[in-house]
Amino acid sequence: MKSAALALTTPAPAIIHRRHRLRPRGWWLVPVLSVALLAVLVAALSIGAMPIAPAAVVTALVNAVGIETAWAVSEREALVIAHIRAPRAIMGALAGAALAIGGVLMQALFRNPLADPALVGVSSGAAVAAATVTVIGSTFFADLGWSSPFVLPAAAFVGGWLTVLLTLRLARTAGHTRIEQVLLAGIAINALAGAAIGLLMLIADDAQLREVAFWSFGSLGRADWTSIAWLAVALLPALALYRLVAPWLNALLLGEGEAALLGVPVERIKRGAIIVTCLAVGATVAFTGLIGFVGLVAPHIVRLLAGPDHRVLLPAAGLLGAVLLPLADLFARTVAAPVELPIGLVTALLGAPFFLFLLLRERREVPR
Amino acid sequence: MKISKWMMALGVVAVAAAASAQTRVVCLGGAITETVWALGRGDAVVAVDDSSVYPPGHAALPRVGYYRMVSAEGLLSVNPELVLAHEQSGPPEVMEQLMAAGVRVVRIPSSATVTGLLARVRAVGEALGRSEAGAALAASLEADLAAITAAAPSSTPRVVFVFARGAGTLQVSGFGTAADEIIRLAGGVNAIEGFSGYRPLTAEALVAANPDVILATTSGLGSIGGPDALWSIPGVAATQAGEHRRVVAMDDLYLLGFGPRLPAAIAELREALTP
Repeated sequence: MKSAALALTTPAPAIIHRRHRLRPRGWWLVPVLSVALLAVLVAALSIGAMPIAPAAVVTALVNAVGIETAWAVSEREALVIAHIRAPRAIMGALAGAALAIGGVLMQALFRNPLADPALVGVSSGAAVAAATVTVIGSTFFADLGWSSPFVLPAAAFVGGWLTVLLTLRLARTAGHTRIEQVLLAGIAINALAGAAIGLLMLIADDAQLREVAFWSFGSLGRADWTSIAWLAVALLPALALYRLVAPWLNALLLGEGEAALLGVPVERIKRGAIIVTCLAVGATVAFTGLIGFVGLVAPHIVRLLAGPDHRVLLPAAGLLGAVLLPLADLFARTVAAPVELPIGLVTALLGAPFFLFLLLRERREVPR
Repeated sequence: MKISKWMMALGVVAVAAAASAQTRVVCLGGAITETVWALGRGDAVVAVDDSSVYPPGHAALPRVGYYRMVSAEGLLSVNPELVLAHEQSGPPEVMEQLMAAGVRVVRIPSSATVTGLLARVRAVGEALGRSEAGAALAASLEADLAAITAAAPSSTPRVVFVFARGAGTLQVSGFGTAADEIIRLAGGVNAIEGFSGYRPLTAEALVAANPDVILATTSGLGSIGGPDALWSIPGVAATQAGEHRRVVAMDDLYLLGFGPRLPAAIAELREALTP
């Protein structure tokens, strides 16, 4: 089945020789982006509001792994490296990868390059839950003795999931999930969620209002090793399944009916992709708040460079997301130091003009 | 321009030099900053949050952002030893990281009441190692407040506090707010009943509440375009306050901060409310 689906990636006889290519077009992006990811992580560890010498950075990292060195690093510097910069960089990479891969999967399902995981309600559901916890839940949960910093992410994750399940249920008729129904149900659910957030903001006090606003801007400031472990687990299915799913997604680009005729398990792919996406994106939103534009920009840049083959698009977009988000965070936390900008603001502020530039350039190169 | 920047830099150096012998303090919260200055330890402060706007002496100090959303590394970059934090300072993860970095983080009681103010002054004094000065300041504030509130006000005007951020967003304060508390302390009555916190203002509700005086912050009144713009908002003109053009505007932190200037603020508001 897999080889049959692979053949579908290039159905036109004129270019049929590509089927025999071992490496799909643009494969070089994956190693190049891996190196870029490494470089960005090093930069994210080395640069920050607190001036720390490169030698101290290396020492702190080596010490953190448990190897004793002769070089000295102050306790405070070591903590900044190991418990502030490192978790932020890694959280940023994981979140960026999750958002970008989620973007690719949704764009394949909806066969629309502007699709976004938010379409199925994962972000708005999480936002409603987060706002509920912030505005009315904090006292309630404190009464139960759950004043843990994990109450809000847990609630946001569950809220995102319930919303997605509701959207899928609404879009399911006689065992079939119709993608246009998913879209319509998603739009309605998003509108409802918007109304719910509006209501919550109405009863919120000034401080809670600010909290909700800050959450919706997104931030990596709350990253720690525990939240990274959770996020990594949520991202695992997407990473494990991409090789399997990529050729099927290519076939799906032909249209659902055609893909089904060719033996692609369309129904399972659709629901599976939505669930995998929402697992990864739901966990990301839960820990970081709303960070826009990565899910749109990263897949697009890869498509411009390597074309629409999902065997390259999925890993390359994931890597590019993992490069872009720590980079945006580096900007957010240094440009106005010691104050920090909300990262969602940075991704939109830098991402949107860059995206427009790419679109305009592409239009000039391919006159139609 | 360049010279003034140099002067500012010199000022920072001077402050840093003076403070080097003592604890390096960061204040998160306008009222806390004021209290530190009132206790004579302003020279120890190395950074403040965005809500700290008084006294003007610390204008050259670095700002670490909004107290509920500070950045761990940003704060650590000013190398603090003691952080005097508003109860709601956060995010909680960042506060934990600061403590892990060996910074002493002291949560200061932050309620906008007289009891809150006295507790705040004592707590700041204790944290700075000046318990006696803190207790003395609290006692003198208590005496001042008692003296002001002892005399019954000659009238009890009905007051609405309008929280404005541009003409589109006007909110009024219900009970449990700092505005409600200071109106009561100044001998007025909050004309808004039936809810706590801040709610958007509707013209009808305002007419129904029919305040004698409208209270606003200077910046809030400025943001809607001054008193003339206030009277042109639907409903406002139909109230007693609108009819007699009675609006009182005072500085945010002075009026609502519940810092050491509270007795003065109450006295001034009381004076302004008296017809």
